Amino acid sequence: MAVNFDLTVIWAFIIAFAVFAYVVMDGFDLGIGILFPTFDPGPERDKAMNSIAPVWDGNETWLVLGGGGLFAAFPLAYAIVLPATYPLIIAMLLGLVFRGVAFEYRWRDPAHRPFWDGAFTLGSLAAALAQGMTLGALLQGITVEDRAYAGSWFDWLTPYTLLTGLGTVAGYALLGAAWLIWKLEGPPQAHARKLAKRTAWATLVLMGTVSLYNVFLNAEYAERWLTEPEIYFAAPVPILTAIVAVSMLRAVAKDRNSKPFWLSLLLFFFGMAGLGFTMWPYVVPPDVTIWDAAAPERSQVFMLVGVAITMPLIIAYTAWAYWVFRGKVGDEGYH
Amino acid sequence: MFEALDAVLLARIQFAFTVSFHFIFPAFSIGLASYLAVLEGLWLKTGKSVYLDLFRYWLKIFAIAFAMGVVSGIVMSYQFGTNWSVFSDKAGPVIGPLMAYEVLTAFFLEAGFLGVMLFGMNRVGRKLHFAATCMVAAGTFISAFWILSVNSWMQTPVGHVMGGNGQYLPGDSWLEIVFNPSFPYRLVHTVIAAYLTTAFVVGGVGAWHLLRDRTSVHARKMFSMAMWMAALVAPVQIFAGDMHGLNTLEHQPQKVMAMEGHFESHPDGAPLILFGIPDSEAKEVKYALEIPKLSSLILKHDLDAPLAGLDTIPDDEEPPVGIVFWSFRIMVAIGFAMLGLGAWSLLARLRRKLYDWPLLHRAALVMAPSGFVAVIAGWITTEVGRQPFVVYNLLRTEDAVAPLAAPAVATSLLAFVVVYFTVFGIGTWYILRLMGKVPHTGEVGVKRGDTGPIRTAGITPGPTQDPTRESKGEAVADRELR
Ligand code: HDD
Ligand code: HEM
Ligand code: HEM
Repeated sequence: MAVNFDLTVIWAFIIAFAVFAYVVMDGFDLGIGILFPTFDPGPERDKAMNSIAPVWDGNETWLVLGGGGLFAAFPLAYAIVLPATYPLIIAMLLGLVFRGVAFEYRWRDPAHRPFWDGAFTLGSLAAALAQGMTLGALLQGITVEDRAYAGSWFDWLTPYTLLTGLGTVAGYALLGAAWLIWKLEGPPQAHARKLAKRTAWATLVLMGTVSLYNVFLNAEYAERWLTEPEIYFAAPVPILTAIVAVSMLRAVAKDRNSKPFWLSLLLFFFGMAGLGFTMWPYVVPPDVTIWDAAAPERSQVFMLVGVAITMPLIIAYTAWAYWVFRGKVGDEGYH
Repeated sequence: MFEALDAVLLARIQFAFTVSFHFIFPAFSIGLASYLAVLEGLWLKTGKSVYLDLFRYWLKIFAIAFAMGVVSGIVMSYQFGTNWSVFSDKAGPVIGPLMAYEVLTAFFLEAGFLGVMLFGMNRVGRKLHFAATCMVAAGTFISAFWILSVNSWMQTPVGHVMGGNGQYLPGDSWLEIVFNPSFPYRLVHTVIAAYLTTAFVVGGVGAWHLLRDRTSVHARKMFSMAMWMAALVAPVQIFAGDMHGLNTLEHQPQKVMAMEGHFESHPDGAPLILFGIPDSEAKEVKYALEIPKLSSLILKHDLDAPLAGLDTIPDDEEPPVGIVFWSFRIMVAIGFAMLGLGAWSLLARLRRKLYDWPLLHRAALVMAPSGFVAVIAGWITTEVGRQPFVVYNLLRTEDAVAPLAAPAVATSLLAFVVVYFTVFGIGTWYILRLMGKVPHTGEVGVKRGDTGPIRTAGITPGPTQDPTRESKGEAVADRELR
């Protein structure tokens, strides 16, 4: 059993890593989708799109790993969460369909480009909102009976989930704006900076509200954060988050390169670490722990071998692909 | 009870709809990725620009097909949980890891190198670019490997043990699970199917342009390459399909009974029913046109071999005969039509009129979409023939469904139908528009950013240099390309 214990924890971290990688990587390209209408049609939008065209597919693959990994490592959790948040998942998938094809279609059909730009934005917005609300629905707890979802249709729709949804939209927009500061120059960069400032504040306010909500409205979560000895582990998180937030706001105000992006990424990291700490050791609060939902040891070991071999390679060639398209987006576009 | 049944049916329709749509794109992109790798390889080897032009021509089409494949695939990976949550919980420990391997070894590979393949020609140099194309092609194959292993395990489950909580747990050997009895056959048959599908599309496009201009070098090259594929691979596919069928007879006999329309057992030699109208109520095939004893010959290689029929199967374990019977015939008919076209092209080559035989070109044009039809018909045979089980003989479809209310599934199904037909319909139209253009010398690649100075990789001067970027490597790559 001891081995299984460790493996399950390792798998929880792997899934958390995949989700984090997804959130920051697809986050910035969904964010660019959300902010797209504020850019002028023509060169500005084209450049924004070109800055993510070569990488969005790789970014989205982390979502498949998050979902597929959950299915493989915690099948019970996968089987409970997806029916519980059915409308959200369907909305997310359809949103991703629209924004995914827009990458190709808008170039193929200049006459209908405004339409596909609109589809790109609405799709990104729907996906971001649905993802945030799914997170909220998970955090507020899911009713489970007899290894299955036993709540009702609209359990996922509460003020709290709306809040987490909006927070995610703002956060993705921040990542997108910060990415564009890095990738653009001149007037569009100035525009991205303006957007980054606004979305940074929105993100911070919403993140703060969600955290307070967690601590003050949920007794169990409050206990997690406010009792000894946990508080000693927990306390640094908000403090570090605050430090990161301040440096991020500064970088957003003046840096011309990648600093705003890396700092908003760090902000997301602390946000997720906080959420992980809140949920631990539940994968579906309030009843199902990671051990309840874990796949048997043989499945975990088999996959772990795969992860150990492939993950370094994946990270290496993904980094290479980013490197190939490094630097500011020039006028020429990619061919 | 009635409501629950409805939700099951709706969930099935939704799954079948989304997966059928999804599979159309991989069927094309598995083949096309390999074709692109071949074209680029030939270009590197021979330096002939016709290969580069064709590469660029098909690359634009690939980009659209691939995008549609990706977004419809992401839907699939969540459908297991949304619609078949009980199945996911029970079978997750066995098939989940295989699907995780698919993500790790295939999807990341495709996606990671796709950007370079589409837009990186100027930035990485020829050899590296070719390597990226090969990686994408390899990724599509690896993807087929894993997902077909999963599907085959559901068809012919082995290597698992029952867990106390109702889950199927992996037994001693993962190899036994991955290489389950129907997997090798299904993999071979499906991958060849993808190649044939692509070959007929390429051949059809070549034929279309030959009909308008027989002298077009590009159209000739495409058409000739495609017809070699058809001539050589269609027979292999028929052989593979036959082997596949024999394997199915061994492991899923009632599926073959349904395919053949054998409601009754035939103790001494079963007839091959060519056509007819299966009637599951009356348990007979009406208006059957049959050849005596031929079925026994095909399936048992003996005219008088006894063959059991659906009368040996409990009623509640029978697959729906009508669908399976017809979908199977459609696939086989197309298989033979493909063989026919391949043979005809050989004849045309012998007579040295491959490029001047309009009737042949018309036939190839008509056959252009036939691969897609055959592929979908084949899958319907496979999947419907497995009913009423999801995991053959172990888990019934009606017991595998998620606890969803019928209206929820109905709504999402409607949304999928509307969105898929619109979005993928438009995408298909864009593809057809690209195919309608003549491939020509100096074909441009996938073009981004219609802004600024338009330049095409390889024939116009290098990118407007970005002052912030050190670009020694790129300058070299650009020079090489010019
Ligand atoms: C990994 C597994 C898997 C794979 C690769 C496929 N399917 Fe499947 N299919 C299922 C797993 C499945 C399933 C979850 O097991 C279903 C749902 C209900 C059922 O009976 O089987 C199913 C049902 C199902 C049905 C409905 C059958 C019925 O309800 O009578 C059709 C028509 C298809 N599928 C068609 C396809 C096609 C065209 C595929 C090609 C890509 C395909 N399936 C791949
Ligand atoms: C229900 C089963 C299936 C699921 C869950 C599924 C899942 C997926 C997903 C998530 C993607 C997108 C990957 C990315 O982000 O790049 C994808 C693409 C792909 N799938 Fe599927 N798939 C299924 C069936 C199949 C089958 C049966 C095949 C082939 C035999 C196949 C072959 C491919 C290929 C080659 C791609 C690459 C994209 C493309 O070529 O269009 N898939 N699939
Ligand atoms: C005369 C020729 C053919 C024969 C005898 C044949 C035979 C079969 C059989 C018996 C199956 C069902 C396997 C099962 O029980 O699960 C099958 C499935 C299938 N067939 Fe064919 N086939 C032929 C031609 C084709 C062609 C031309 C294509 C496509 C271009 C094709 C594509 C498929 C696909 C995609 C499947 C489903 C996947 C699978 O289970 O392998 N087949 N075929």
